[in-house]
Amino acid sequence: MKNRTSFFLFTFAVLMLCLSALPSIALAQSSSGGEVTDDEVNTVAKDLYCPVCENIPLDVCPTKACADWRDEIRLKLNEGWTKDQIKQYFVDRFGDRVLGAPPARGINWLVYILPPVLILVGVYVLYRAFQSWRQIPPLQAEEFTASPTQAPQSQDEYMKKLEEQLKASDR
Amino acid sequence: MNQSPATTNVSQSRPWGKIIAWAALLLLLTIVGIGLIKAQRGQLAVGDMAPNFTLTTFDGQEISLEALRGKVVLLNIWASWCVPCKEEADDLETAWRLYRDRGDVLFVGVAYSDMDTKAKAYLKSYNTTYPNGPDMGTRIYQLYRATGVPETYVIDRTGKLVYVKFSPFQSVAEIQAAIEPLLK
Repeated sequence: MKNRTSFFLFTFAVLMLCLSALPSIALAQSSSGGEVTDDEVNTVAKDLYCPVCENIPLDVCPTKACADWRDEIRLKLNEGWTKDQIKQYFVDRFGDRVLGAPPARGINWLVYILPPVLILVGVYVLYRAFQSWRQIPPLQAEEFTASPTQAPQSQDEYMKKLEEQLKASDR
Repeated sequence: MNQSPATTNVSQSRPWGKIIAWAALLLLLTIVGIGLIKAQRGQLAVGDMAPNFTLTTFDGQEISLEALRGKVVLLNIWASWCVPCKEEADDLETAWRLYRDRGDVLFVGVAYSDMDTKAKAYLKSYNTTYPNGPDMGTRIYQLYRATGVPETYVIDRTGKLVYVKFSPFQSVAEIQAAIEPLLK
């Protein structure tokens, strides 16, 4: 009985393994069969923007111009070009503006440098602010809370007189 | 009263912090300002000097606007995917054939944001014979601050813009009306 159960479990495991491998086999066949799929085209297209339709990635852009660009990507993929080669081809032809993220060179560096620098400056400013808040003398704070309109010096004198009178009355 | 070393350091570092903060603000404002100025320049207008450009045509010929001084130039920016461009394609070719033997008029076509294969097929389908080339890096489109296709610019013999059209020509006569006054 125990042997039979383990046999069934083993067969089930092998079957599941085979089933799980099926999609990847199918995908491999589709990409090695010479026919470039839409998904493969869109993998490249999603990082590109045509100058005509601003802010719409090439993979979802419905215009004729973008359809032509996707056809070109398909053509290049069929010829064995890599994703980077295709992106460079479009940059060479239409400029950096076709890229989703600007290349890190020249003034473009500002895009990558400024945000972290501003965050660091912000953190530093906050740190300094917290530090200065902490440095307020507690006595002064108490005085301010007790009598905000009274000057601290006059309060000291008042306390002094009060203490003297108390001492005198004790005698 | 003596200042502690920590307090002295803080007061010494403060001016640098302020200088950096002001410099960063100034830089940011400059970048925003340049962007705004560029955005508000608007389109090229009649009377402006035509920006110089160099175009390598689909058949490898190099054309520079500067080298064309003394000639009347019709610069047409188009694309194969542009439907209105098709409305004027035949008229442009017909007009070009009227002037091409004179030698002092040149039509130049610039394919904007177009694929070579599609652009060439388009030119073939309209039997276009005047020089055409791709707008590499969309430089010419940006130089002329074009806002769409088709756009046509007629440049006189001195390099000045004398006619600008932001829509397709409706007839050969309309193209002739833009060129003829410059040939007198």
